[in-house]
Amino acid sequence: MIELRDIHKSFEGNYVLRGADLKVEKGESLVVIGGSGSGKSVLLKHIIGLLKPDRGTVVIDSTDLSLLDEEGLNEIRKKFGMLFQSAALFDSMKVWENVGFGLKRHTRMTAPEIKEVAVRKLRMVGLVGIEDEMPSELSGGMRKRVGLARAIAMEPEILLYDEPTTGLDPIMADAINELIIKMREKLKVTSVAITHDMKSAYKIADTIAMLYNGVIIDSGSPEEIQNTSNPVVRQFIEGRAKGPIVLEGIGK
Amino acid sequence: MIVKLIEFIGAVTEKPVQGLGRIILLLFSTLKVMVRPPFEIGNIVRQMLEIGVNSLPVVLITAVFTGMVLALQSYTGFKRFGAEGLVGTVVALSMTRELGPVLSALIVTGRAGAAIAAELGTMRVTEQIDAMEAMAVNPVKYLIVPRFLSGMIMLPALTVVTDIVGIVGGYLVSVMLLGANAKPYMRATWDFLEVQDIYNGLIKACFFGAAFTLISCYKGFYTRGGAEGVGRATTGAVVFSSMTILISDYFLSTWLFK
Repeated sequence: MIELRDIHKSFEGNYVLRGADLKVEKGESLVVIGGSGSGKSVLLKHIIGLLKPDRGTVVIDSTDLSLLDEEGLNEIRKKFGMLFQSAALFDSMKVWENVGFGLKRHTRMTAPEIKEVAVRKLRMVGLVGIEDEMPSELSGGMRKRVGLARAIAMEPEILLYDEPTTGLDPIMADAINELIIKMREKLKVTSVAITHDMKSAYKIADTIAMLYNGVIIDSGSPEEIQNTSNPVVRQFIEGRAKGPIVLEGIGK
Repeated sequence: MIVKLIEFIGAVTEKPVQGLGRIILLLFSTLKVMVRPPFEIGNIVRQMLEIGVNSLPVVLITAVFTGMVLALQSYTGFKRFGAEGLVGTVVALSMTRELGPVLSALIVTGRAGAAIAAELGTMRVTEQIDAMEAMAVNPVKYLIVPRFLSGMIMLPALTVVTDIVGIVGGYLVSVMLLGANAKPYMRATWDFLEVQDIYNGLIKACFFGAAFTLISCYKGFYTRGGAEGVGRATTGAVVFSSMTILISDYFLSTWLFK
């Protein structure tokens, strides 16, 4: 189980999170929605300990991350797989080396064994015959899928997705959504995704939570969110420029 | 007035002091994880090739021409008071004590230091360093330790090459071009050269290697702000490393060549 309690985070005086609370049950698929720059990525990075809160606690399976030293934190991180917004593949490594990076570091497997696992994971995300290519040779959608293969390579219990469909065409975005659902069903993982793509959110979420002004202002099932009376959430899910959310340069 | 002055001093010094503190912290983290297995042998060898072997052509060219111009200028100057016989000594001492370590450090900083900052900076802004951490891999150990060690090992090695090639360059100009007698020139080269000169030059090179890799790694590792940030980190790495090399050179020389 993942629990974030009263998370505050600021960067050089700019307050991004102002008391965010979040709870994700084992096996649940939670999607956090929110506008660009609302702090969704910051929230996600707190879950895996890439950022430390100024105040508040992050608890993963009853372990408070703030009480862990580096080794303890790394042990917890082995439970996670994370797909980054830009896939964050290592430029200097081949596709299979990217997928097998965690295995090489944390297991005693030989290079051929790692490659075999990498090829299998790549096949799971629908990629065949690209294991010896370099990331720079791949399209955006393929990079995301390689990123997903890398995220599942260590057979994690929790998968984190940072804007999984951003920058992809609608068909590729839907293919990624399908993969996320497949991962959940096949691997029985807990997943947390952040996105501003509502179509994706409705498709992959058990629960949707909205982050606004540094706090979670509403959460519920996709149906509940679709029928919410919260004006901020309504404006966001309907994609209206006018409403309580004021964008820079655009009036109410 | 006094309050404003203190405020001004504070504003001017805050960032450099903060930067220095973070570099020292990064140095401690590097030293701490350096001694812990697993040792990144493959990574270290790759970085030694990148920092050392790939810098060899540019270092060789710099060294030979520096030796040549040093001999040329010394000869012209020394001739005015009849001391042409000391050109070999001047070239040998200048190369081993000063120019060998400093020039090779500056050249390698311009080449490898910039590359380190750009590579790590790009990795930072494209979240590759975050991805590494998310996979429970310590990025300081994986990325910084191999570069730091390679700098410390390869810069003294390059300095040995620079010393030799510089002295050969000086010899060629003096003997072949300016007509100096080969035997006395060689004697002047070796007679006043002590092992300590070479040894202390190598200590300086080792320090410079550690300094430029640490600074370049620091600049790259803490890059912010996309492509522009990577550019700033790269420039900052070269400027800051070069200044550190030149300033520390004075103090190291004062300490080593008493």
